Amino acid sequence: MAKTYKLYIGGAFPRSESGRVYPVTDPQGKFLANAAHASRKDVRDAVVAARKAFPGWSGATAYNRGQVLYRVAEMLEGRREQFVSEVAASEGLAPSQAESLVDAAIDRWVWYAGWTDKIASVLGAANPVAGPYFSFTVPEPTGVVGVLAPQESSLLGLVSVLAPVLAGGSTAVVVSSAERPLPAITLSEVLATSDLPGGVANVLTGRAAELGPWLASHGDVNALDPTGATPEDRITLAREAAGTVKRVLTVPDAEPDWTLTPDLSRLRRYLEAKTVWHPLGV
Amino acid sequence: MGIFEYAPAPESRDIANLKDHYRPFIGGEFVDGSGEPLKTVNPATEEILAEVGTASVSDVDTAVRAARKAYDTVWSKMPGSERAKYLFRIARLIQERSRELAVLESLDNGKPIKESRDSDVPTAAAHFFYHAGWADKLDYAGYGPNPKPLGVAGQVIPWNFPLLMLAWKIAPALATGNTVVLKPAETTPLTALVFAEICQQAELPPGVVNILPGAGDIGAAVVEHGDVDKIAFTGSTEVGKLIQRTVAGTRKKLTLELGGKAANVVFDDAPLDQAVEGIVNGIFFNQGHVCCAGSRLLVQESVAEEVMEKLRYRVSTLRMGDPLDKNTDIGAINSAEQLAKIRGLVESGDAEGAQRWTSPCPVPDRGFFFAPTVFSDVHQSMRIAREEIFGPVLSVLTFRTPDEAVAKANNTPYGLSAGIWTEKGSRILWMANKLRAGVVWANTFNRFDPAAPFGGYQESGFGREGGRTGLEAYLSV
Repeated sequence: MAKTYKLYIGGAFPRSESGRVYPVTDPQGKFLANAAHASRKDVRDAVVAARKAFPGWSGATAYNRGQVLYRVAEMLEGRREQFVSEVAASEGLAPSQAESLVDAAIDRWVWYAGWTDKIASVLGAANPVAGPYFSFTVPEPTGVVGVLAPQESSLLGLVSVLAPVLAGGSTAVVVSSAERPLPAITLSEVLATSDLPGGVANVLTGRAAELGPWLASHGDVNALDPTGATPEDRITLAREAAGTVKRVLTVPDAEPDWTLTPDLSRLRRYLEAKTVWHPLGV
Repeated sequence: MGIFEYAPAPESRDIANLKDHYRPFIGGEFVDGSGEPLKTVNPATEEILAEVGTASVSDVDTAVRAARKAYDTVWSKMPGSERAKYLFRIARLIQERSRELAVLESLDNGKPIKESRDSDVPTAAAHFFYHAGWADKLDYAGYGPNPKPLGVAGQVIPWNFPLLMLAWKIAPALATGNTVVLKPAETTPLTALVFAEICQQAELPPGVVNILPGAGDIGAAVVEHGDVDKIAFTGSTEVGKLIQRTVAGTRKKLTLELGGKAANVVFDDAPLDQAVEGIVNGIFFNQGHVCCAGSRLLVQESVAEEVMEKLRYRVSTLRMGDPLDKNTDIGAINSAEQLAKIRGLVESGDAEGAQRWTSPCPVPDRGFFFAPTVFSDVHQSMRIAREEIFGPVLSVLTFRTPDEAVAKANNTPYGLSAGIWTEKGSRILWMANKLRAGVVWANTFNRFDPAAPFGGYQESGFGREGGRTGLEAYLSV
């Protein structure tokens, strides 16, 4: 039965402040559900929630973050059938194709879950400086990341852009695919019932073209992934982002093949390198 | 002369081999730029040092073509082990010409010779040594096998560390196989053009390094040029934002090293005499013309009076004057414009009710000088606590608890550096963790090394320079 879905902000499922909804259809135009149509105010509420969750999530041990993310993967797998039918309906795929995408999404989440406690040893360093100092560099999460999720790949693409944000210890405000939001909504339900603290991931259904500029210009958003924006809109977003020297991910014009094994580039983009110096002596 | 006074000990300006006229360096040759020549001034005397030919926008194009040709035909194809040899050679030549470079730098910039001699020039050489070793080991840098260079790098650097910033930019670019078009600052172009001579002496292939003196319009032309693949900028946050906006939507990779308003946090258990040395070094090094200068001192309330007393005494012993004198601690402000900016911000501190104390040191009659100044009773809302002054002006605030120190330290859109002074190791690590800054100095300040990544959070920019992390800026990864 067709349902009316809501947003996912701060661990709760509010309606859009605007009261707006929009119909979601499959590629053939068949009505699937109504989704909440997020507004500027919803974006701001989600940023507040993400900021509030940042100290706890970034301050959690890497071991803990890894387990929480792995638990999300477990629960994703628990709702495999629902994801398969939603991905198939959203993307107009045969069930077998949707199955392999859902399985890849689960594997992707597990891959990033395993990175949390390895990032510092792979990307950090003890710096052999020329002097009596102990100098070391550790990667730290950038902060609140605004993510415009891929428009086409409704689950695997979404997981591929969200998981690296969370694995690095940043928190996220995600705008889902506008036409294919159902797997994102179900993922929200998975996140809400997992051990992920409320506010660490916030999922808005709505239009990237409308919500992207608010994320790009927001003073409390530290980084922006413009994947779900059109190539033309990305230029405007990048200009807006310059007002706060935001980190903006460089993304290819067309949506990449999400089934390929990722490298560290997405993880790295949401990390800052902090170098600490201390004198050596007796 | 009293018994403990210093006799003047000036370094000879002849060592600088100063020429009347300098020219842009394009495609391996010194050429007449078609821009309006500029006169570079000794800020300590206001005398004209030399005339410098500048580039025009069409020269920018010529330089980018030269860099592209060198990239395509020679530099990107050369084995890393061969590139390494050029970088090692350049490092050696900088060391061999270090006295000349140091004196020239102090003449053109106004910084004390002891700083250019003991810090700027040796560290510039160290950057070439460090990166030379990376040139043939990029497979091990952690970006996967066989990482590729980007192409032509456009680089714009500031006037506060003219040669050192050049080394920070050029060494990693060349090591990773990129070629370079660099614009030095308008007021300090001379050591960059001597560096061009060093490139010739090192027999660096023509076009690998191009140096274009000029003003902001030339920097903008480099940033906007369609055949430039990477932009590296060090300078003000204001200009950095403009550049980010300009580059938006292009394929150019961008790194920015922008302003700062660093908090230097002193706890009551800190070794206070050492802390005072660190505070002085943090804000008065290079006349405070340091983006990571410790310009906001946060002192725990219980020791604030004691620290202020020690600080005023120590600052009053700093000797201001001739940058070429080996006994000079504080040299000249780089330009009349910068001096006016410092004065304006200091006046705002007076107007907003902070307590100003200025060192009683004698101020030279000529040249651009500003006596070391410390403001107490500073509140977070004041301009002197929020804005980068980029001069020898310290703002002092107090705190009671470590949490309050963290909150005040992080209360800024900048995030370049921070200092912590305490004997308690666990507190150092806790604070270092909490501070939103790219570099944290504990019980020390203003330490730099090519092996240690440097760069900012938030509006202090993005990207790192130095270390393995810094290589990313010049690789397609």
